[in-house]
Amino acid sequence: MTAIIDYGVGNLFSLKSSFAAIGADAVVTSDPAVINDSDRIILPGVGAFADAAKKLRDAGLDSVLKAQVKTGKPLLGICLGMQMLFEKSCEYGEHDGLGLVQGSVVPMQGVIPAALKIPHIGWNALIFPADRPRSEIYKYINEGDCVYFVHSFYGADCGDAVTAYAEYGALLTASVQNGNVYGTQFHPEKSGDVGLKILKAFTEI
Amino acid sequence: MITKRIIPCLDVRNGRVVKGTNFENLGDVNDPVALASYYSGAGADELVFYDITASAEGRGLFTDILKKTASTIFIPLTVGGGINTLEDFDRVLKCGADKVSVNSGAIRNPDLIGQAAKKYGDQCVVISADVKRVDGRFTVFAKGGRENTGMEAIGWIKRCVDMGAGEVVLNSIDTDGVKNGFDLEMLDAVCNAVSVPVIASGGAGRAEDFITLFQTLPKVDAGLAASIFHFGEVNIAELKRLLAQNGVNVRL
Repeated sequence: MTAIIDYGVGNLFSLKSSFAAIGADAVVTSDPAVINDSDRIILPGVGAFADAAKKLRDAGLDSVLKAQVKTGKPLLGICLGMQMLFEKSCEYGEHDGLGLVQGSVVPMQGVIPAALKIPHIGWNALIFPADRPRSEIYKYINEGDCVYFVHSFYGADCGDAVTAYAEYGALLTASVQNGNVYGTQFHPEKSGDVGLKILKAFTEI
Repeated sequence: MITKRIIPCLDVRNGRVVKGTNFENLGDVNDPVALASYYSGAGADELVFYDITASAEGRGLFTDILKKTASTIFIPLTVGGGINTLEDFDRVLKCGADKVSVNSGAIRNPDLIGQAAKKYGDQCVVISADVKRVDGRFTVFAKGGRENTGMEAIGWIKRCVDMGAGEVVLNSIDTDGVKNGFDLEMLDAVCNAVSVPVIASGGAGRAEDFITLFQTLPKVDAGLAASIFHFGEVNIAELKRLLAQNGVNVRL
């Protein structure tokens, strides 16, 4: 069973529905006991970093997640959920993240050409780094497949944690992995069949 | 690089998809859930779901239809029609919408845009504008294109973006239903005024109209249409192949 963490941030309807569509058992929960009993965890998130990080801490879920990751349980952060995996965020001030993946969250502004619109919104192709084996979550899809992005900040200085990039005036981190901790900047639950295949691969880890 | 989006629009009344010419003479076409699923399979990049009569008659959206659609398809879904309050945003977001489009509701209460952007993020708030030339001036119309607000359109759209709208759907009443191509002049004016994504709506009659749109106005992010997709006059998969052959970057 997959535990989809509900901490009052973002829209979980599509995420839950997408698990139903791939025939995987998932429950939306904020209950530590349910999270501890799960086989894998999804950390979703939409909105501002500081607000989301505070809500996660206030619910006591940051320590629950860290403890669960230590047991080897797979964790997938999506969009802002991925950004929270990093060490810190520079979105409107400096804020601590969960520190589960190396890197920090920085604005796209100034990094990409000024003519490009921010947020980076729409479908963009995944580019796999040549120097690392393909992440397990991509076992059912191909390089060049498009996924759906909506973001103004991105993960920088992620080193060899990067498992895919998207090209938007610069190579932006599209996904990361550190051991059993995974993150996608894009929304697999909004990325059609490609997205469902990524979620399916995650449920098989 | 980011792809250009092709977006079918499902105008819904009483739980059925309808499409009229110049917003009049609505005719019942199809079941929204089945149609949404078909489009997703055919390669639609996003869907827009409007309750076109809601703003005139004060009706809310049929959220069961929305829920059914959002649990069947996994591409971005924008919902509009009858969005007048933050509660309306909340109601449709809980049913699986990703973005909420405001039109008459924002004209009545412009603060709605800023309030919604603050609560749900700019990316969630779409300003949809029905615009028509009146004495040579781009003018905003409300209530499904039936009421002339007297407001100049470019200034209005710019103001909405400044208040937090993260995307613009520009529907030209002048070209809507005419099927002779998008309103390039009006779109160009809007693209030059705002820095958020602009979705072209109104006037597509054939695949070539989308090629002309993206080749003439590279700043336009997406093309939206309804009847030509519903009636099968343009097949989305074929359209996207044709766009790719003509050098337009699309998701295939």
